[in-house]
Amino acid sequence: MLVRKIETIVVESHHTKSFYFKGGFHADPGQFVMVWIPGVDEIPMGLSTIGENMGITVHRVGEATEKMHALKEGEKIGIRGPYGKGFDILGRKLLVVAGGTGIASLMPAVETAVEQGRDVQVAIGALTKDELLFAERVRKAGAKIEIATDDGSEGFEGFVSNLAEELLSNENYDQILTCGPEAMMKKVIEHGMNHKIRTQVSLERFMRCGIGVCGSCAFDGLRICRDGPVFDGEEVYGKGDFDTYRRDPSGKRIPLLPDV
Amino acid sequence: MVDLQTSVGELKLKNPTMLASGILGETGELLMRVAESGAGAVVTKSIGLEPREGHPNPTVIEFEFGLLNAVGLANPGIEDFREQFQIAKKGEVPVIGSIFGKGAGEFVDLATKMEDYGASAVELNLSCPHAEGLGQEIGAEPKNVELITKEVKGSVSIPVFPKLTPNVKDIVALADAASKGGADAVVAINSVRAMAISPETKMPILANKIGGLSGTAIRPIGVRCVYEIWREVSIPIIGVGGISSGMDALQYLMAGASAVQIGSGVWIGGPGVFSNVCKEIEEFLEENGHKSVKEVIGAAHSC
Repeated sequence: MLVRKIETIVVESHHTKSFYFKGGFHADPGQFVMVWIPGVDEIPMGLSTIGENMGITVHRVGEATEKMHALKEGEKIGIRGPYGKGFDILGRKLLVVAGGTGIASLMPAVETAVEQGRDVQVAIGALTKDELLFAERVRKAGAKIEIATDDGSEGFEGFVSNLAEELLSNENYDQILTCGPEAMMKKVIEHGMNHKIRTQVSLERFMRCGIGVCGSCAFDGLRICRDGPVFDGEEVYGKGDFDTYRRDPSGKRIPLLPDV
Repeated sequence: MVDLQTSVGELKLKNPTMLASGILGETGELLMRVAESGAGAVVTKSIGLEPREGHPNPTVIEFEFGLLNAVGLANPGIEDFREQFQIAKKGEVPVIGSIFGKGAGEFVDLATKMEDYGASAVELNLSCPHAEGLGQEIGAEPKNVELITKEVKGSVSIPVFPKLTPNVKDIVALADAASKGGADAVVAINSVRAMAISPETKMPILANKIGGLSGTAIRPIGVRCVYEIWREVSIPIIGVGGISSGMDALQYLMAGASAVQIGSGVWIGGPGVFSNVCKEIEEFLEENGHKSVKEVIGAAHSC
């Protein structure tokens, strides 16, 4: 267990903050770490920044993330990882589709792909413009950006999956990377299949070990932590758990509720 | 051709490797995947009467030579587990139901259910080192091991395998008690009670503070326990603790184990660890002129 001081905290939106710490390890875009909030909990978090300084972006959704939000710069967190299989960044022209906080796990892939000289189009979706994350960072990275908000307060009015479909109809892409609510990713996979384009999706579930032994993050016969968290869209598309079930800490299969 | 078939009492196995309890055993699909990856049998996660969330995270941490865990017997409960069990059976290797309870009555109820679900055997978790009032808190006493084994044996017709704790002065006394209770075999060993502290935070890392150590670090302890049990107790032994290669497994077999279980070995080796271990055992036996894996069981005792 690495223990790191929180160097910087950035407020991204009313319910989202980024925490930066010194890494000292290599990570691939799309990988995650297990973050220990001493005395509280340990939770899986996708890395939203990779490099000398690593970053995670935390959406306040429950007790652990609430406590995480209460941490101050200079306080300590534990880090295990990085874990899992990240994105395969291939092709000349990429479409990146992000729903809500999904952009956090996609940001390192966007930045890496642009650095590698690839043409990157990002579509970010949020409920409303106040909840949009990382739009500026996407522009700064040198990627093209389109925005969708459910209420039309900025950009395209409607779901980001519909925006993605529009982009796919207008231009040819070699690959799609997506992260966000599973209902949204399901649509994106469908659009990708219609256009015969490979889609990679990043999934999340309750986790314990993060290293593929405990089985807590079972998703049909796959382990999100070790076989994923990034999967080929077609591999997960037909699975019974996709966009339907998750498992609670007892291992019971329960309905997957949409993100709020 | 070397014959890898072995048996643990009446239970026949196509090879001597089994998935240890607590690893990938909470869901039917993952049990099936392990079976399809080459395990000779799979053991489910330990199941109790009611759903249980276990301890808060951190529950599992890794270090150079093994894993430390205090999952705390999280499980969906025996009723919910029925469906998972039916899926696991599609893997076409024996599925062994691991169970835990507060006393003989609960073990009997759970064993009866497991038999009803189609379990090939039942493993009694008398050795979890990190759950209050359960596991080793019961199973460290030989008289409890004997009583619970006896009660379960009296209520099911499938083989009964008590899993023993190494966290006692004398594990042989536990094995002897299991044998007196009518156990068909014993499983040795469960994890070793252990802890880790983060100096930077001055705190134990596991939320439960104390957990169980598994993996390479405990292999010599497990081999010693199997060796000692074999000398004193005549029922078969299933060896477990720190196996990730064929040579590791052979140590246990030569100490007297009729079969082995692999748990933490899945960490580095993935589900493919079972077929790799089998291949390495096969190669070793071939090179050393053996026709069957059974020829080396207990071999270290003849010197």
